[in-house]
Amino acid sequence: MGLDLRLPIGVLFSALALVLIVYGLISDPAIYARSLGFNVNLGWGCVLLVFGVAMLAASQRRPKK
Amino acid sequence: MKFTVVDGLIIGLYLLVVIAIGVALRRRTKTSEDFFLSGRTIPAWVAGLAFMSANMGAQEVIGMAASGAKYGLATSHFYWVGAIPAMVFLGLFMMPLYYGSRARSVPEYLKLRFDEKTRVLNAATFAFMTIISSGISMYAMGLLLNLVLGWQFDLSIWLWAGVVLLYVFMGGLTSGIYNEVLQFFLIVFGFAPVVILGLVDIGGWPGLVANLAEISQQRGFAADALTTVWRHTGSAAANPLGVGWFGIVMGLGFVLSFGYWCTDFLLVQRAMAAHSLSAARQTPLIAAIPKLLFPVLVILPGMIAMGLTHRAGGIAFPLKPDGSLNYDLAMPLMLARYLPTGLLGLGITALMASFMSGMAGNVTAFNTVWTYDLYQAHIRPNAADKHYLHVGRLATVAGVLLSIAAAYLAARFNNIMDLLQLVFAFVNAPLFATFLLGMFWNRTTGHGAFVGLLSGTIGAALHHGMTISGHGVPGIKGGWIFVAHTYPSEMAQNFATAIVAWTVCFVVTVAVSLVTAPRPAEHLQGLVYSLTVRERKEPTAWYLSPALLAPLVLAAALCLNLIFW
Repeated sequence: MGLDLRLPIGVLFSALALVLIVYGLISDPAIYARSLGFNVNLGWGCVLLVFGVAMLAASQRRPKK
Repeated sequence: MKFTVVDGLIIGLYLLVVIAIGVALRRRTKTSEDFFLSGRTIPAWVAGLAFMSANMGAQEVIGMAASGAKYGLATSHFYWVGAIPAMVFLGLFMMPLYYGSRARSVPEYLKLRFDEKTRVLNAATFAFMTIISSGISMYAMGLLLNLVLGWQFDLSIWLWAGVVLLYVFMGGLTSGIYNEVLQFFLIVFGFAPVVILGLVDIGGWPGLVANLAEISQQRGFAADALTTVWRHTGSAAANPLGVGWFGIVMGLGFVLSFGYWCTDFLLVQRAMAAHSLSAARQTPLIAAIPKLLFPVLVILPGMIAMGLTHRAGGIAFPLKPDGSLNYDLAMPLMLARYLPTGLLGLGITALMASFMSGMAGNVTAFNTVWTYDLYQAHIRPNAADKHYLHVGRLATVAGVLLSIAAAYLAARFNNIMDLLQLVFAFVNAPLFATFLLGMFWNRTTGHGAFVGLLSGTIGAALHHGMTISGHGVPGIKGGWIFVAHTYPSEMAQNFATAIVAWTVCFVVTVAVSLVTAPRPAEHLQGLVYSLTVRERKEPTAWYLSPALLAPLVLAAALCLNLIFW
């Protein structure tokens, strides 16, 4: 329909990643007791960022007809 | 479960993007076909992921984890025997007819192939059923959010239904499909950390097997009954499902799964929206790839939750009023246990997204069937296309309001809903026999199809009325005529009901077709398999060609069944 879905996916996941990464950096380490001591917000945020940016790049690289 | 500003921010971002997509699509939705079938422009990968998530409503996500906790790995029968072969069959053999006939809905295909009465029977029951199932899943979600997050039941129902209404109203099916793809990625990214942390915590797969072995033995099964799929299906009593291999293969694998995946318009609509015939055929095949792997994300967490009940400081399932464990809380309990503020918001957003897209899926299928198969066919034919677009938008509003009403009905009169679901199960069970004969046996007639469908439904009702499962009391669980046979479990009884319905429909359809006038061959072009022009070679990437994808997906399903035999 002319709207490349990769764009909103990329925007959403990049934004979610930034929220998680920033929160991961400033949050109290005590909250990670439940995630077995891993700072999962920071770590998983980076994974989301890679995915989000890849989707953004894909939507820009090959614009739909 | 504590819900903080950061979690709220994550849900807020998701809602913002969903509504933005609706707004962006509104301008592009000009004709009724744009609204109901996305103008047949959707790329195969988008249609495929939407096809996969369209059946992943919150009820399914919650339910699969619950079954994982209750039945263990055997739950993956719903994927590796249930879904995959049916999806492959749809892609290879049925999509060319659905898509090639240019039917705009599954009931419309029935009209083209058979006659008006068969279409109306299918369209009316389908439209009614979408509303009921949308209402039931809304009710389940409202209840869950209330239990887990303390959100008010009324507020969550009206709020989430409002969002769904807003985006479907603006962008129609395209909004629905786009949101389903978002939901797919949210579920992957929202649930994967829970699975990883849970597995690390319990000591990997070997640790899980060891923990579940004790639980399995306490319940009177072999040690590996909760962590294998086929080994204990020789006797229904030896496995937690309470169904033997024949019931699993024929009832679930053949009748129920083919009936659902190949004829349910909610799913087929996603493939019909694809931009070309080859993309439409690829849709269910692409969907099958994540479907193979999804047990890891939705069933495994339930199994881990069950395994953890065994450990000091592990998970404790709350009890239901009747004293049984409330397995439905498996997934929320896992989210709450492992995810800190932040990722917890992502997990909840994934649940929300599947709730909303489940509802949107029902609403988009409802407005299409209502507008094309009931309104245009019987109430006002030959109006301008703009008129049907308008009616579709109104039907969207009506569909959402009716779903809300159904949700309250479910909250007030749970047994009415159980009864309705039962009746629909009778109506649906024989459907695949009708499609199979219609598509592959040219002699099948409209009268045959119609009488066959009705007989199959009656057959299902009679079988249900004369049998019961283990500890059931005659009534809604069966045996309301008299009890002629007792099945080891409710699931075994359901599978048997489906097999009976299918067989009755098949036999009666053949018999009636043989004594009624056949349709001339020139009216069957493109509607039956043998009279359909084979697909011209459309340019498509070699790795997406059905001839390669189909055997690959089937082989992978076979391997998974063997690995976890």
